[in-house]
Amino acid sequence: MVKDSRALIVRKQTWDNYFLFTIESSEIAQEAQPGQFIMVRVSENYHPLLRRPFSIHSRYKNLLEIFFQVSGLGTALLAKKKQSDRLDILGPLGKGFHLDNNLKDKSSLLVGGGRGIAPLYFLAQELQSLGTKTKILYGGKSLVDLPLREKFENDGLDVAYSTDDGSFGFKGLVSSLFEKELYRFAPASIFACGPEAMMKKIALIVESEKIPAQLSLESQMGCGFGACWGCVKKIKRGNQESWTKICEEGPVFLSGEVVWPEEEK
Amino acid sequence: MTDLSVDLGFLKFKNPVLAASGTFGYGLEFIPFIDLEKLGGIVVKGLYFSPREGNPPPRLAESPSGLINAIGLQGVGVQKFVQEILPRLKKIKTAVIVNVCGESEEEYAQVMDFLSQEQGIFGFELNISCPNVKKNGLCPALSPESTYAVVKLAKSSSRLPVITKLSPNVTDIVEIALAAQEAGSDGISLVNTFLAMAIDVEKGRPTLANIFGGLSGPAIKPIALRMVFQVASAVKIPVIGIGGIFSGNDALEFLMAGAKAVEVGTANLIEPEATIKIIQEIEGYCQRKGIEKIEGIIGTARTSTSR
Repeated sequence: MVKDSRALIVRKQTWDNYFLFTIESSEIAQEAQPGQFIMVRVSENYHPLLRRPFSIHSRYKNLLEIFFQVSGLGTALLAKKKQSDRLDILGPLGKGFHLDNNLKDKSSLLVGGGRGIAPLYFLAQELQSLGTKTKILYGGKSLVDLPLREKFENDGLDVAYSTDDGSFGFKGLVSSLFEKELYRFAPASIFACGPEAMMKKIALIVESEKIPAQLSLESQMGCGFGACWGCVKKIKRGNQESWTKICEEGPVFLSGEVVWPEEEK
Repeated sequence: MTDLSVDLGFLKFKNPVLAASGTFGYGLEFIPFIDLEKLGGIVVKGLYFSPREGNPPPRLAESPSGLINAIGLQGVGVQKFVQEILPRLKKIKTAVIVNVCGESEEEYAQVMDFLSQEQGIFGFELNISCPNVKKNGLCPALSPESTYAVVKLAKSSSRLPVITKLSPNVTDIVEIALAAQEAGSDGISLVNTFLAMAIDVEKGRPTLANIFGGLSGPAIKPIALRMVFQVASAVKIPVIGIGGIFSGNDALEFLMAGAKAVEVGTANLIEPEATIKIIQEIEGYCQRKGIEKIEGIIGTARTSTSR
């Protein structure tokens, strides 16, 4: 866990509202594990005040990548940064996906909804190097929300797509595609990241199947390293439910540990 | 080399920069980023006697130059603090001050009783002012009478120095400070956060689940500074300045306003090295100005204007 105030943007790719930054930051890149994140200072002044959290999308030697969608003031400012600009980042932070050698020769299903695809690419790379048969389900509202499609295809990854409007791949929610693929693919492990409704549905499905799923949660964060207690969600461990820091104990939790909030009216 | 140490009478700090409660966890969270021994002191996150759940999320809202929080003092309680955290903090050579909370006057006393038996704690900061705790009438910082009562009880329960942390959400903060002094408080720290809110217009309701939260950050600095100036002019006991300190310049303003030390809060969340940078900037200023002892600048803005 270090601060690098001179992380260099070596490449910037843009699709509509989605951005992929390749960043040179040797210490953070070398330490990074799939599922971990970095905190990025998006403004040089005090508006917005807080750093923004981003999953590590990939790592290659001294380079790491973040993939994000503009969704507010912070991401809009970050999206304006250019190649050769420097970024001030903290990382790698949090506890990532739990990977062990038992995954060798088994199969894993990775489910990403929208920008939630971000940490799954790094995870897929690691799983493949462990010898795990890996399939990614990548869902979005429409074809424009699947900007990483070409990259995945160039890499020869096994990916199935879904769009809510049917403009590409399976028509419907990625959680419905997941339900279908779950029976066909029979994975030994499941990993997911995406909107809360999607994650909740996946948690429900795997609960009846008794296959563990590791979920990477998203939360607004004050610091990213456990100091402010601003990012909590309700997590159940043993018989105890408590507001748990996503930044420090997570962002990855087992599906059975997450206590889902009531639907918003 | 400038002598940066400050002597509050009841406590001596190696330099005037402390980490503020609620923004610095239990201190250990910052070990990957900074050398904690370089700090004047650490005020650890507010402790109730028992573990405390805090408020539901969302707990954070941003405003230009500001952060509104409604954490609700979630924390581990004194037992876990003493068993798991204090042994590690004790090894760090800096002044550890525990911020003490209570749902009742008795709970403040219970916390201090319990912690007074431990080695490695240098003093208590009495949190009588957290605006997030919803209990009718129980924010003792709101009146001089209730401040007096809780400080008096705290002093009788504590073997260690007591610093009373004041809320800015009052009509006359000087009156409250004087009540704390009268009750025997060893020092005063101010200010805690300003009661605030934000509304999410897309959802048409308050951004924070708790509706109200406390505003901190650069946005509050000028108001906090004014209050420190007023209080330091009125009381005889040492004052610690808090409120939106992000730079050495900010810290120097509080010292010149009459604070003997400062606490750095929200800045830690954005720049985990903020305290260290602030100490370096104070040192740089002193060298540039040929100041041999930092204590020489304390209250200088006050004495030059209010005489």
